Amino acid sequence: MSEEFKFNDENLAKAKEIIARYPEGRQQSAVLPLLDIAQRQNEGHASEAVIEAVAKMLDMPRIRVTEVATFYTMINTKPVGKYHLQCCTTTPCWLRGSGDVVDAMRKHLGIDFGETTPDGLFSMLEVECLGGCVNAPILQVNDDFYEDLDAASVVKLLEAFKAGTPPEPGTQIDRQTSAPAGEITTLQDLEFAKG
Amino acid sequence: MLQDKDRIFTNLYGLHECSLAGARRRGDWDNTADLIKKGAEWIIEEMKASGLRGRGGAGFPTGLKWSFMPKENDGRPHYLVVNADESEPGTCKDRDILRHDPHKLLEGCLVAGFAMGAHAAYIYVRGEFFNEAAALQKAVDEARDAGLLGPNAAGSGWDFEVYVHRGAGAYICGEETALLESLEGKKGQPRLKPPFPAMAGLYGCPTTVNNVESIAVAPTILRRGASWFAGFGRENNTGTKVFCISGHVERPCNVEEAMSIPMRELIDKHAGGVRGGWDNLLAVIPGGSSTPLLPKSICDDVLMDFDALKEAQSGLGTAAVIVMDKSTDVVKAIARLAYFYKHESCGQCTPCREGTGWMWRVLERMVVGDASVEEIDTLLDVAGQVEGHTICALGDAAAWPIQGLIRHFRGEIEDRITKRKAGGRAAAA
Amino acid sequence: MPKLTINGKEVEVDAGLTVLQACEQNGIEIPRFCYHERLSIAGNCRMCLVEVKPGPPKPAASCALPVAEGMEVMTDTPMVKKARNGVMEFLLINHPLDCPICDQGGECDLQDQAMAYGYDGSRYEENKRAVKEKYMGPLVKTIMTRCIHCTRCVRFVSEVAGVDDIGLVNRGEGAEITTLERAISSELSGNVIDLCPVGALTSKPYAFTARSWELTKTESIDVMDALGSNIRVDARGNEVMRVLPRLHEDINEEWISDKTRFACDGLRRQRLDKPYLRNKDGKLAPVTWGDAFAAIAEKIKSAGAGKVAAIAGDLCDVESMYALKQLMAAIGSPNLDCRQDGAALDPSVRGSYLFNSTIAGIEEADACLLIGTNPRSEAPLIAARLRKRWLQGGFTAGVVGPQVDLTFDTEYLGAGPDTLEAIRAGNHPFAEKLKQADRPMLILGMGALTRPDGAAVLRAARQVAESTGMISGDWNGFNVLHTAAARVGGLDIGFVPGEGGKDTAAILDGAESGDVKVVYLLGADELDTAKLKNAFVIYQGHHGDAGAHAADVILPGAAYTEKNGLYVNTEGRVQAGFRASFPPGDAREDWAIVRALSEALGDALPFDTQDALREKLRADVPGFLAIDTIEAAEWGDFGRAGDMRADPFVSAVPNFYMTDPISRASETMAKCVDELSAAADGATGTHG
Repeated sequence: MSEEFKFNDENLAKAKEIIARYPEGRQQSAVLPLLDIAQRQNEGHASEAVIEAVAKMLDMPRIRVTEVATFYTMINTKPVGKYHLQCCTTTPCWLRGSGDVVDAMRKHLGIDFGETTPDGLFSMLEVECLGGCVNAPILQVNDDFYEDLDAASVVKLLEAFKAGTPPEPGTQIDRQTSAPAGEITTLQDLEFAKG
Repeated sequence: MLQDKDRIFTNLYGLHECSLAGARRRGDWDNTADLIKKGAEWIIEEMKASGLRGRGGAGFPTGLKWSFMPKENDGRPHYLVVNADESEPGTCKDRDILRHDPHKLLEGCLVAGFAMGAHAAYIYVRGEFFNEAAALQKAVDEARDAGLLGPNAAGSGWDFEVYVHRGAGAYICGEETALLESLEGKKGQPRLKPPFPAMAGLYGCPTTVNNVESIAVAPTILRRGASWFAGFGRENNTGTKVFCISGHVERPCNVEEAMSIPMRELIDKHAGGVRGGWDNLLAVIPGGSSTPLLPKSICDDVLMDFDALKEAQSGLGTAAVIVMDKSTDVVKAIARLAYFYKHESCGQCTPCREGTGWMWRVLERMVVGDASVEEIDTLLDVAGQVEGHTICALGDAAAWPIQGLIRHFRGEIEDRITKRKAGGRAAAA
Repeated sequence: MPKLTINGKEVEVDAGLTVLQACEQNGIEIPRFCYHERLSIAGNCRMCLVEVKPGPPKPAASCALPVAEGMEVMTDTPMVKKARNGVMEFLLINHPLDCPICDQGGECDLQDQAMAYGYDGSRYEENKRAVKEKYMGPLVKTIMTRCIHCTRCVRFVSEVAGVDDIGLVNRGEGAEITTLERAISSELSGNVIDLCPVGALTSKPYAFTARSWELTKTESIDVMDALGSNIRVDARGNEVMRVLPRLHEDINEEWISDKTRFACDGLRRQRLDKPYLRNKDGKLAPVTWGDAFAAIAEKIKSAGAGKVAAIAGDLCDVESMYALKQLMAAIGSPNLDCRQDGAALDPSVRGSYLFNSTIAGIEEADACLLIGTNPRSEAPLIAARLRKRWLQGGFTAGVVGPQVDLTFDTEYLGAGPDTLEAIRAGNHPFAEKLKQADRPMLILGMGALTRPDGAAVLRAARQVAESTGMISGDWNGFNVLHTAAARVGGLDIGFVPGEGGKDTAAILDGAESGDVKVVYLLGADELDTAKLKNAFVIYQGHHGDAGAHAADVILPGAAYTEKNGLYVNTEGRVQAGFRASFPPGDAREDWAIVRALSEALGDALPFDTQDALREKLRADVPGFLAIDTIEAAEWGDFGRAGDMRADPFVSAVPNFYMTDPISRASETMAKCVDELSAAADGATGTHG
């Protein structure tokens, strides 16, 4: 192992607060949240040193933490870009054109799934259903969902990220969250909303 | 059509304030203590009488599930675990509850937790729902500050804590025992049953795992009465339900409707109809990726409920309607789902670990007709060797869409094989 | 007792059994890969599926299903047959067809079950998966493409061996077994080779050396520690190729330690294969047996009876020690000892030197005091048995002595005799814990007895046992953990100083001072040979180790795999080992060498065959009548009053991998020392 990983003070406090959510002796429950915190501190990368540090903090064998880290797709055992682009291509997104979106991204960034741009800004990963299917296609950038994309809007989005001016997450078309675009068919006649 | 006054999730789209104050205006947390003071037995009986069936996909009667928790406390704590690991392709209803109506869920946790003797609930939110988990955590903090959670929660005399726990990307954690494993800090590999969670769940303690929607509707059911809820939908399929309509419709959306609504009405009324009109419909996956697709002929008049869809050899599942119009490469659509199941198999059981990859690879060849006609039966047979042979239902879920495809679109697969063979011959000639 | 039907036949079985066990008990074989009766149930291979009513209309995993009253179990229906066919097919689609070059070939569960339950062909037309090999240390070789993910190895090391070193990483078809490229840090790691139902984990030293069907299999007894683990020695021609465990529930269950399994390559190196005599130039030179005997006879005669002494080593069979004892009696010397390490063991009270609770009895104990012992290095299967007991709950273990990771929770009480004294005097809280226990026990290691104050320590330990309720009508919790396979046998037959005779220390001192002129080392290598310079040293043994280097005459003997012989384990259990191959060159079985020497000395011992020797032995020592039985040993006053010193107890076995001439000659053990001991040194005392 080349480097050592140490939780910074803020994250150490956060880790302790999380561990306290679980009954005594069940601190292992905190392994996913701690891996998440640690990887955030480590530029999105759950390195061996990160795994070791989490194992130590939770008094877990290294192999058990490694098992967990390699089981869940959101724990990045390889380094990722500053903007980790997680492209949903499962059937509901695919039906709405995720293929075009991904092709546009590939073309624009010059990278494919599993790769990072040379400037370290973007990495691309194919992910399975993100759970926003009525707003398909969806691209998750780090923590945020960008929804209702197409080839043109995703390129615009990437450029905005590159320029350091990312738009608000959520739908990228004229629409209220998961409501049907245009006229909303329900929830227009609510007592509490009238007062 | 369901009227707005009978909709439970009145802030489904986030049109209104999501805060506690906003929730209170919508009627949440309204004398919760009174509900609790009616006693655990009353709550469970009322839930049973409402006919609510689990909204996570399996449709198990919720009140009955709660009644499985031990009545006597043997010293082990009881736990309520809320399954917010919403990951079934097509499904995105819990997301709206978490981000827009979180207090319904929290109030539901309190009444459900009380009914089953639990003083703590863990809400397991899929890791990708970072912002949704944050919204939920904010609601927990608000509720706790307002005394609605914590010691003597909402003045009920019952101590109750709610903890938000984020997953990290694994569909299998939506399986209740895999979720418990994950919550205990392990890989999400489903457990052998028995023992069932009600006997030995989280940390080996009596546990009930419920879907977000199942818990979130409970306070409204208890307030408005079981018979009100039971008044919607057909017998054994009662209540209202949040449907997700995605794919080739004019206006994809989530919408709360009455159970047993005709599929066509649901799509036409709320989603602006099938792209290009109803006659342009090819097929619909009616309840999330694991439910076998239905060709247009069935969709024409099928009802959206457990029994009607079961009769049609599919299922209501999570009520996630994935619409495919005639432009769809239906073999590719199902092959992509096969890939999903291969990707999400935990790797524990032989048939699922090995079978999901096998099925996907065969299907990918079938997309381009690179197979023999006999392989269709082999594929069906392999699907049958996976289905029902694994610890959890992921094996079944992987097999069903493929079985549905072959059931309704065998001709399409055969055509591609024949065409490719002919093309090959033509090229060779 | 629930009644159920299996394939239409009504049977009654114990409640709590699984359907798989119920079927086995009734003679119905259920195929399985992941299930193993000594490991937790994983239920993942799905090979054991059966049809059960009532229940859902799909097959159920019989390994995980408890029997219930009125259950109908069917193992021969189309549903079951189809399920087995299906699982078998799935297991094989990504399994390589490399049986001809696989070391598991011929003894492979997958191969066997594919024949019995599989289809006759494959319908899989895709590419097979390939998985990178993993490094697991010098003992376990991996060919991970063959892995079927049953997780037996994962469960064994974490549950039985108590080290969380193996895991299953990734998921789905990407799942892989790994140790993260580290050696498995357990003395029991080799058992994963036996547990692996396919050829994914095989023996590294044995790789490509033999096929299982060309081996001659001999059931025997291990001598690498004092447990007498039951083993099978597989030889090809005259060469021992490997050692495997044999089932003995009361000793080793079905495990063996890595030294037991892997030290056998030491049998091929540094062997003494002809008699040697030190010539005028001071060099050892080959001679005939006759010349060697003549030289010995001359020295013994000139020395006089009182100046001859004999020390028996740690690997000796009982017969050779008995023969040598008879020879010493014939010479007229009382100077003999089987305690080459000088342990203060009292041969007069049998209960004072046995593991009285028995090994299996550990599972009945509820509190244990460990004194001056590290069971992991001295007898790994004792550590495993203690861990097994600990896992069942309601078990407290306290440690006085070396502070090491024993793979189970212990209470560290102190390093040395002062703590022991406090417990003895009842001033230590742990004394109360022992008193409160229903079946308290202690384990006294050689590290506590091979000290100048050993007799006082022995006495203190006896008093602890007596004052805390370890000795009662049906329970004796006083346990001595020997490290030498020969020791209890030697004590049982009285290979100890006779009237006025010298013990090991006195013999060595005598040799230095000239009081002892001739020293006969029967496989004794673990002593201070520097003190033997002035004496005429006879070394009888099988390896050119410390004893041979100090010798003036060498009589080449047989290693444990090369002779029939009796051994008495630390519990006092007599067991018979059998010859798997012949000793090399001119080497001979040890009792026969002594018998031949007696003839050269002019007074032939009264047995011409090993059977005759045993008959005489059994007449002398009645215990030897019963093979593989344990009788409660008598109790009495033992140990000696005296001051105990302040220095801490240390383990008698600082290095598990090298303890005797065989393991020291083993290249495999040398690799283990390099890779594993170094790793262990880096860890802290409480690491785990």
